[in-house]
Amino acid sequence: MIQEMSVLASTVDFLIPASGSGKAMMAAVLLGAGCGLLGCFVVLRRVALMGDAVSHAVLPGVVAGLIYSSERSPGVIFVFAATAGLLGAGLVRLMMMSTRLKSDAALGIVLATFFAFGIMWQSRNQQDTVGVMNFLFGNVGSIDASDLRMMLMTTLVLVVTMFFLRRPLLVMSFDEGFSRGLGYPVKLLNGVFYFLLTFSVVVALQAVGVVLVSAMLITPAAAAYLLTDRFDRMLLLSVLFGVLSGLAGGLVSAEVNGLPTGPVIALSATALFAVVYLVAPRHGVLSKVLRTLRRRMRVRRENTLKAIYQIHEVEGFAHEEVSVLMLARKRGLTEDVVRRDCKALLSRGFIDMAEDGVSLHLSRLGWKRAMEIVRNHRLWELYLTNEADYAEDHVHEDAEKIEHILEPGIVRQLEQHLDFPELDPHGKPIPQPTHLVAQPLATL
Amino acid sequence: MDWRDGKFDERTIVLATATAMSDEQQPALETHDLTVTYHKRPALYGIDVAVPAGSLVGIVGPNGAGKSTFIKAVMGVVPSSGGWVKVFGKPLRENLHRVGYVPQRESVDWDFPVTVMDVALMGTYGGLGLFRRPGKAEKKRASEALEKVGMLPYSNRQIGNLSGGQQQRVFLARALAQDSDLYLMDEPFAGVDAATEAAIVTLLREMRERGKTVLVVHHDLQSAGEYFDRLLLLNMRLVAFGKVKDVYTRELLQKTYGGRLTILSEVADRAAKL
Repeated sequence: MIQEMSVLASTVDFLIPASGSGKAMMAAVLLGAGCGLLGCFVVLRRVALMGDAVSHAVLPGVVAGLIYSSERSPGVIFVFAATAGLLGAGLVRLMMMSTRLKSDAALGIVLATFFAFGIMWQSRNQQDTVGVMNFLFGNVGSIDASDLRMMLMTTLVLVVTMFFLRRPLLVMSFDEGFSRGLGYPVKLLNGVFYFLLTFSVVVALQAVGVVLVSAMLITPAAAAYLLTDRFDRMLLLSVLFGVLSGLAGGLVSAEVNGLPTGPVIALSATALFAVVYLVAPRHGVLSKVLRTLRRRMRVRRENTLKAIYQIHEVEGFAHEEVSVLMLARKRGLTEDVVRRDCKALLSRGFIDMAEDGVSLHLSRLGWKRAMEIVRNHRLWELYLTNEADYAEDHVHEDAEKIEHILEPGIVRQLEQHLDFPELDPHGKPIPQPTHLVAQPLATL
Repeated sequence: MDWRDGKFDERTIVLATATAMSDEQQPALETHDLTVTYHKRPALYGIDVAVPAGSLVGIVGPNGAGKSTFIKAVMGVVPSSGGWVKVFGKPLRENLHRVGYVPQRESVDWDFPVTVMDVALMGTYGGLGLFRRPGKAEKKRASEALEKVGMLPYSNRQIGNLSGGQQQRVFLARALAQDSDLYLMDEPFAGVDAATEAAIVTLLREMRERGKTVLVVHHDLQSAGEYFDRLLLLNMRLVAFGKVKDVYTRELLQKTYGGRLTILSEVADRAAKL
């Protein structure tokens, strides 16, 4: 069978570059594509540790392949390695089914056992297993034409199978119970998935090494997952990241003497991930921090507006202006800080300031927003006391937060629900921003 | 069996015992001695039930009574340790395309990178086999299903950006797109807002009007009498199955909710430790 495969494999020879760096690049592209594709499912199905276990479990297979093939035949190594990997995955399942162990413990045991066994076996057969370091830590330079042929064939099988099965695999990963109801052969699909997973591990083996292969299964796909909410895009991005980190790792380790390829590839993938982690538009850390900051600043502005309104209210709307000093007292802040807050309001057109900077008054827009906030606060207090049986002295804190997030639609519902109330539970009037001009003018 | 004494819908017995019947007369769902054990601990004992086609059935019982387990066992999502299931007179496998299953909302990861439309489309995959891609007809069916539950405007949203009620509607749309004859729904009312609850009830009744058979796991006994026309009272074994007016009685409800069968569960616990 291996003979047949190599005959078949020679038909793809025209695709294989002659130069060493050309081979390295191609290997990087292949492993990036294979691991990137499979990695998406690994991440979404939360079986990242399974990738790790399978990759460590292939080591005894690699050692067997090196010992039992006359001149390091990639075909023989592939078959042995894949068999060992699948055996590991099968043992994990068996342990989970026959005991009450959960997957993590079963994976840990299998991973360590297979790896330890592989190392021991290798150390007893050092002459026959000269190239084993290439498989442990990865060495793109050691990949020759026949290795590449094997990688190419396997990746081809992998990509084609994934192309046809990605829809059922996606449904099964999303909702296994439902996919059973569709009549999908769930067991078979799971089997195919672990076959493909093992294939992708073996493809990447010689370039990345047993120890770090799982990085290629997880990191590129994880980066893609943070970037998009669409599965097809995630697949493409994951492949792209896989290929890029493969290329970067291959190039750097070829340039710098003695650098093993695997770690460089893994770190390249991490570097890509780090960039995405920081700057991804929706799920990235920076955008989250920015969103939080913006919200805090808005809440602060709205609280200042509310304070201005309340000063007016206490004075019975007798004056048109409010001094910075009064506002500072009301807010419990220093004048400098309040002046800075006022600048933010000024730049957004909520207030106008006197030229000397001592006093300010609300603009039309400012009145409207201030009244909305006060209304939201008092409506919510009323809702909590009337409808949710809160005590009157328990509602203020809650309303302080809710007032900033009530949307117009909900406000309307609240008003209808409470039958358009005029007073809050503490007896204060609930302002009506629609009667905007009436109130301040009436006070003149 | 004890639940047959006295209170039992006569028509059901006739349906269950007759052999050669046309499709409309066949029970939509029939189970015989359906038994499920979890880790050797029995969760359901010998459930015999025959649900007439075109009925809207609420499955009620206390926590841990095996309500979800029952429909999961019918679907083969959890293995049953005994008994059989027939759908419209045939083994489930032969009539799987006529069954739509709506799992609990919590059973999936809502951060999954799929859109509302993607999920609704999954309902059409059953007819496509493993390899065929959904075409125009499938997309139309998915759109119509989304329209029906009022989720069409959200087609392109990632499913995590929805409220609980909206997520449940998406699940229902997926089931509608399946266009099955028998539906099994696991707690579709769990964690939804009042508006969605009302919308779901309307939808269920509409489905019944169109001749669908719907079984719904329901946790609220109060509304169960009002929402459904038949009730399946479950507490590890079948307490009763029949029309609401016949089984929504103090005596039967007490039997359903009145604590575990102590001896039964004690023996079960012992058996599990063997």
